[in-house]
Amino acid sequence: MSDSEKSVEELVSKEYKYGFTTDIEMDQIPPGLTEDVIRTISHKKGEPEWMTEWRLRAYRAWLTMEEPHWWPNFKYPPIDYQAISYYAAPKAAKKVESLDQVDPKILETYEKLGISLNEQKRMQGVAVDAVFDSVSVATTFKETLREKGIIFCSMSEAIREHPELVQKYLGSVVPYSDNFFAALNSAVFSDGSFCFIPKGVRCPMELSTYFRINASNTGQFERTLIVAEESAYVSYLEGCTAPQRDENQLHAAVVEILALDNAEVKYSTVQNWYSGDKDGIGGIYNFVTKRGKCAGVKAKISWTQVETGAAITWKYPSVILQGDESIGEFYSVAVANNKQIADTGTKMHHIGKNTRSTIVSKGISAGQGNNTYRGLVSIAKDAKNSRNYTQCDSMLIGNACSANTFPYIVVKNTSSSVEHEASTSKIGEDQIFYCKQRGINTENAISMIVNGFAKEVFKNLPMEFAVEAQKLLGVSLEGSVG
Amino acid sequence: MIEIKNLHAGIAGKEILKGIDLKVNAGEIHAIMGPNGSGKSTLAQVLAGHPSYEVTGGSVIYDGKDLLEMEAEERSQAGVFLAFQYPVEIPGVSNSYFLKAGLNEIRKANGQEPLDSMQFLKLLREKMKLVEMADSFIYRPVNEGFSGGEKKRNEILQMAVLEPKLAILDETDSGLDIDALKIVAGGVNKLKSSDNAFIVVTHYQRLLNYIVPDFVHVLVNGKIVKSGGKELALELEAEGYDQIKEDAKVTA
Repeated sequence: MSDSEKSVEELVSKEYKYGFTTDIEMDQIPPGLTEDVIRTISHKKGEPEWMTEWRLRAYRAWLTMEEPHWWPNFKYPPIDYQAISYYAAPKAAKKVESLDQVDPKILETYEKLGISLNEQKRMQGVAVDAVFDSVSVATTFKETLREKGIIFCSMSEAIREHPELVQKYLGSVVPYSDNFFAALNSAVFSDGSFCFIPKGVRCPMELSTYFRINASNTGQFERTLIVAEESAYVSYLEGCTAPQRDENQLHAAVVEILALDNAEVKYSTVQNWYSGDKDGIGGIYNFVTKRGKCAGVKAKISWTQVETGAAITWKYPSVILQGDESIGEFYSVAVANNKQIADTGTKMHHIGKNTRSTIVSKGISAGQGNNTYRGLVSIAKDAKNSRNYTQCDSMLIGNACSANTFPYIVVKNTSSSVEHEASTSKIGEDQIFYCKQRGINTENAISMIVNGFAKEVFKNLPMEFAVEAQKLLGVSLEGSVG
Repeated sequence: MIEIKNLHAGIAGKEILKGIDLKVNAGEIHAIMGPNGSGKSTLAQVLAGHPSYEVTGGSVIYDGKDLLEMEAEERSQAGVFLAFQYPVEIPGVSNSYFLKAGLNEIRKANGQEPLDSMQFLKLLREKMKLVEMADSFIYRPVNEGFSGGEKKRNEILQMAVLEPKLAILDETDSGLDIDALKIVAGGVNKLKSSDNAFIVVTHYQRLLNYIVPDFVHVLVNGKIVKSGGKELALELEAEGYDQIKEDAKVTA
């Protein structure tokens, strides 16, 4: 192996710095999944009867489904669902009225992760909902938002305080019977965030949820629901980390977004779950269903994701373009290093007329990682004059990794157009040598090259997140000026 | 400035340079000429420290230091610059970002304060005039989508910004039309001083009409077979390399 390749390996295999655990007294129910367990979860959360029933319907649907193992390049041992604990909450976290009542250990955990929950200390302009294992521990700036009619709270609270909205919209984009993991999530979801932006309101700050898995032997099943009424706008950010553990943990989240006429929702994720060690031991199975629906005319939903963690990621944030002239976007950077598998992409369902979608996917493979782009662009018969542009680029670092691209395209009318571009490149010795000849050392050269590759996606992230994302790639900020 | 003694080097086990001796002093321009495959580019790459080439013998002393012991970026930081024959593309990284990163690394290594963005931009704009480059190049990704001529001009721009002590130009004239050639040569002539030196590797005499060398060396089959003044280039142009190759065989 040449020197530059060694440096590449060192650079991309930097230690996971969020792998610590927080020692805290937990209220955790024993492993296993039955109707009684679901009733217990629902009861612990003080949910109304309709919610319990909905969960049970989802559970019954899940029992009839099979765990998916259909991708040939995508193997994982069957998961023992009876060995997982479906509810874990810090004991002190019940009924927190203000930050003063949050366990200091938890606040410390978030501080360590770089997320300050103290409103005074936080940068103005970002409201945070912090989810620790199964429950939301704090939501900041709630009052400021409420003045505008915006609801931003934990899902549990939404079920209690705004049952009519939850009942109306929950499952309207991702029904509980949608797929195996979505059904499981619907049955056992513990918490998550709820955002509601009323008609004509432009949310004045970024809304953000930070998910942290702490307890062992638990799964994390959060549920996020974002509703933007007519002409509303919101930008939402999601971040996640987990401690370093030897066993695999399941993360099966569901995110639903609904955008009505002229509404716009931007959803950004920086996913940094523990990815397992270099031999592929441990790590999070990140099996997530994310879907948005542009229900009204000229609605717009935009997904931006930076996926650097998790042992296996299986995630296809999609957009149903139902309203005429609606717009769907998907920007993704996915990194697969060591033995990580990142199988991600999107689905754009064009149903309304004159709908448009853009897909930009950047896959970076290193070590023995496997990075797959899998996407569907479907244009229905009546979706006249619709357009899609797809660009899938793969970058390979070293000789043992791989990258695949599986684009599916279905077009059922003659007035629409679909463009697909794809490229594969390798960080070459020549590129690194060129940088070195200009005085830049190997590590900085690789950072620069990787960041340049991902730039098109990073520029869609809110500033604060873009910085974090770039750091995550083990690099200094490229192009901080302009 | 640089003294190369009995340098042997090759790639993938194949010896290409078979004992090069060359001494270059500050203020001098040396031209290395020779037929295809004679080892001209290999010499340029070895001096710059390309990792694919293996040095099997000889020594190179640069500024009193053992050049061959230095990493490629250390050579750059010490003032060795290579204008690439085939400049490399770096998608998504703007020309100015790239060059600023390089310049500041070099400044840092030499105990100078890094330039901030405004200072750098001012410097860059000044130097861009030298090679008559449009402002838009500042923000375009490094060499991506550049024409052959634009890439070569960009190399000279980089050289102008980094102000090396020893600049090695590897076939900078190839692929250039006459106007671009004049611009590139003009840039080199403006940068030339009594403190720096140039090694100009070229196949054709044409470039040497504009960059007038103090010495011309002819490289054949990994060895310098003939050295002389600038008139040697004209001789070669008239007679071609065949005669010199023949002579080389006889003396070998």
